[in-house]
Amino acid sequence: MENMQNTKSSRTLNPLKFRAAVFDNMLSEDTGYSNYSYWRSTIRTFFKNKAVLALVILISLIIIMSFVYPLVSPVDPNKVSLFPLEWNNRPNSEHWFGTDTLGRDIWTRAWYGVRNSFLLALCIAISDVGIGMIVGAIWGYNKKLDPIMIEIYNVITNIPSTVYLVLLAYIMNTSYLTLFISMASRGWIVEARFFRNRILSIRDSEYNVASRCLGTPMRRIATKNIIPHIISLIIMEAALCIPYSIGSEVFLGFVGVGLPVDAITLGNIVNQGRASFTLHPYQMLLPTIILCIITVAFYVIGNKFADASDPRNHV
Amino acid sequence: MGKYILKRTLNSLITVVIVFVSVFMLLRLMPLSGYFPQEMLKETDEATRMSYLRNQGLLDHPVVQLGRFVANLFQGDLGRSLTVYPKVPISTLLAEKIPITAAFGFSSMLLGIVLGLSLGLLMVRFKDRWGDRLGTGYILIVRAIPNLIYLFFIQVWVSLWLDLPMVFDKDIPSSWILPVICLALGSIAWYALWLRRFMVDEENRDYVKFALVKGLPKKQVWKRHVFKNAIIPLVIYLPSDLLFIISGSLVIESLYSIPGTGGLLTTAIKSQDNNLVQVIVLMYAILSVIGVFLGDLLVAAVDPRIKLTEEA
Repeated sequence: MENMQNTKSSRTLNPLKFRAAVFDNMLSEDTGYSNYSYWRSTIRTFFKNKAVLALVILISLIIIMSFVYPLVSPVDPNKVSLFPLEWNNRPNSEHWFGTDTLGRDIWTRAWYGVRNSFLLALCIAISDVGIGMIVGAIWGYNKKLDPIMIEIYNVITNIPSTVYLVLLAYIMNTSYLTLFISMASRGWIVEARFFRNRILSIRDSEYNVASRCLGTPMRRIATKNIIPHIISLIIMEAALCIPYSIGSEVFLGFVGVGLPVDAITLGNIVNQGRASFTLHPYQMLLPTIILCIITVAFYVIGNKFADASDPRNHV
Repeated sequence: MGKYILKRTLNSLITVVIVFVSVFMLLRLMPLSGYFPQEMLKETDEATRMSYLRNQGLLDHPVVQLGRFVANLFQGDLGRSLTVYPKVPISTLLAEKIPITAAFGFSSMLLGIVLGLSLGLLMVRFKDRWGDRLGTGYILIVRAIPNLIYLFFIQVWVSLWLDLPMVFDKDIPSSWILPVICLALGSIAWYALWLRRFMVDEENRDYVKFALVKGLPKKQVWKRHVFKNAIIPLVIYLPSDLLFIISGSLVIESLYSIPGTGGLLTTAIKSQDNNLVQVIVLMYAILSVIGVFLGDLLVAAVDPRIKLTEEA
């Protein structure tokens, strides 16, 4: 009983310390305003992790280097040496990472390879995610398409992509284009299914149903609620597509249905290095390290971006 | 339920037919010279080659060829290999290769499930601590780096380090160890990654908080509720994985020279062994639709919230 009395008395404010505010008409009309911007928060959350920042810088440097180096370097990556003394050189001052079985400079080849492989992977990522997103959006908004799209998905994912690859190689010669078509032939439907599921769940999520009920115009729902989600998904999927494409290129080179051996790609260089690994292990060193850095970096960036783009992780 | 199964079977049958017919027709677009290896092209003349093709029935209209294949199929005849293993019946070929691949696949699948689930549990148990970081690092390496590269280094270095054989020999038991582990690496990462993610999702649900607030021991909540709910999305892939162990891994089988089915499809496509390709594609298409169907049935069996209806 006494306790209650105490708490009650302490609740009355000390008039010496507090004074009632004067009523202000302007302030009473003031509405709350939060300075929240989705993209600013996403980017801030993304770069808060210092390891991610370091990876982004590293990968930018590698890609810039791979585009600048072939422009400024006088060394021809395909220059075969006729002197056996220049074959299989260990790393030295002239050839920083040695020469391969035909006397070609590995350092130069590695940068050309990074450029070509990265461009190929980028094209595949753009086509897969681009087509996949458009088809997925149409699919997500039209339930009637379900049976036919699922059928297309089942058929395409069940036909081995090597079938297209070998067939295309007969129709036109093996080139970057054939590799691109056969690798891009099935990725889009997988992405379309992914986007369809995500768009469906975003469209029917409670905050969008609430927005619709409150009379928010469709244009506003699309620009404020749906597109930010989709754009972050696009960036994430495209980033994750790059290690996958580079991996498939290495695999196809290993199987022997990839690009012709004179095409300089990371896949070809790594596979050539693998063949001579027991005698000259240094030939595989640089290309493999760069390849691993690229694939790991894009994998980490894609996943971290997915985390950062989730508003629940924004502080 | 019976109606549902009937409808699903019919749908799956359509998929299989479309896949098979399109691959069958695509294969018939290949040039006729592809049926002969380079040296044979030089040695034989045009007339011999044509008569050989006519004997094999490869000059008939593709639709006639398709009809003949289907008719033979119903009599249990899969045809004979053309170029990869000339004149060997495909059924004999598969009967020889599938058991080897299946033995590897089955043992590595068991290893993958046991180790993968344990790693996933370890990562959840020590979330954001060393166990989690270690597991995340492992998953990153396995999933981001092309498997060819790390499998190659495992073959070269780990076999030296542990003094294990570098190639497979079915009389030496220790030559099984590395291929099985290599095959399991990917699925360990897969199970660990998804179990961790689903368990973390489940752990933050209201019913878990409620159970803990009610005073249930933490261990019981995890074992009976969190784990059971987290494992359901993984169970759906189990039948497919089990059926597809017979497809093998091309990279591992060729690195360790395992005479299995792993490289069979690619080799057959490359050397234009159309008879072999169509049988393998048909087989994989059937297995894939059966796998998806069994996965749905299994989920409906273990998860009482899911009922199979025509809507689904």
